[in-house]
Amino acid sequence: MLILHCPYCGVDAEETELSPGGEAHVKRFGPGASDEEFRDYLFARENPKGVHFERWRHANGCGKWFHAARCTMTLEVFGTYSAQTTEPPKEIRDAITAKRPGWTWREVE
Amino acid sequence: MSEPITAPITALGGARHDGLARIEEVGLHGMITLRGDLASKAVKAAVMAATGAKLPGQRGVVRGKSGTAIWMSPDELLLCPYAEVDATLGKVTAALGTAHALAVDVSDARAMLTVSGPAAREVLAKLCPVDFAPGAFGPGMVRRTRMAQVPAAIWMEQDESFRVICFRSVARYVFDLLGVAAQPGSGVGVY
Ligand SMILES: [Zn+2]
Repeated sequence: MLILHCPYCGVDAEETELSPGGEAHVKRFGPGASDEEFRDYLFARENPKGVHFERWRHANGCGKWFHAARCTMTLEVFGTYSAQTTEPPKEIRDAITAKRPGWTWREVE
Repeated sequence: MSEPITAPITALGGARHDGLARIEEVGLHGMITLRGDLASKAVKAAVMAATGAKLPGQRGVVRGKSGTAIWMSPDELLLCPYAEVDATLGKVTAALGTAHALAVDVSDARAMLTVSGPAAREVLAKLCPVDFAPGAFGPGMVRRTRMAQVPAAIWMEQDESFRVICFRSVARYVFDLLGVAAQPGSGVGVY
């Protein structure tokens, strides 16, 4: 059972109130991009055993999208944060470092 | 030939069920969705114009002289005027002026029920992933959540009865669901 804190309405929402939105911080490549960039934007995803960043929507709730950092192996949640960002904020990265020293995810560390 | 419907009717015709809790459809009730910048003067003025209430805080419900204002999300409120939705919507639109906001009459798209009685908290807790314990949920609070398979908004009045709003198309489902959860003999006794 996954429980995520929704940063928009302040509710600790249980999994069935949420809908998953896949990997977080995917950078869009559109017109002018190379075929490889566009292919990776569409299909290439991380599949980590450990620290991962995801998008979630509080669908049966306030309706807002937000981000979550969690461990895919233990289901431990490191924190949730605003959707209005293109990268994990410092306090989230620090919270992960405190529990998983030396972690990396894509080019983030 | 069937007669055309000329006056609005509720989804369940005022249905009522008595069990561990009393479940009752509220009669025709105005509901206006208001979306906009909740920190703006225009939205505050619109809330006051429609309900006579102050702007509710996060997950708050505020009762005014002429209606209730309910916090739905960081940029959405539900205004429930007691009467005259059309006239109230006119006041809201006038108060919003040129502000970037949206106000729509959704009364006929929703159904409203009350769940009351000593076991009301428990009946709802059977259906929603929400802590309805007396210390955790009380009057003046609202929670949007999942009730079995459909979304619902639930808040508590001062007399500790609950109000439940769901989409009109699932009103019968929600009513029956609550009826089953309130079946005599099925009390859990957690709260
Ligand atoms: Zn939320």
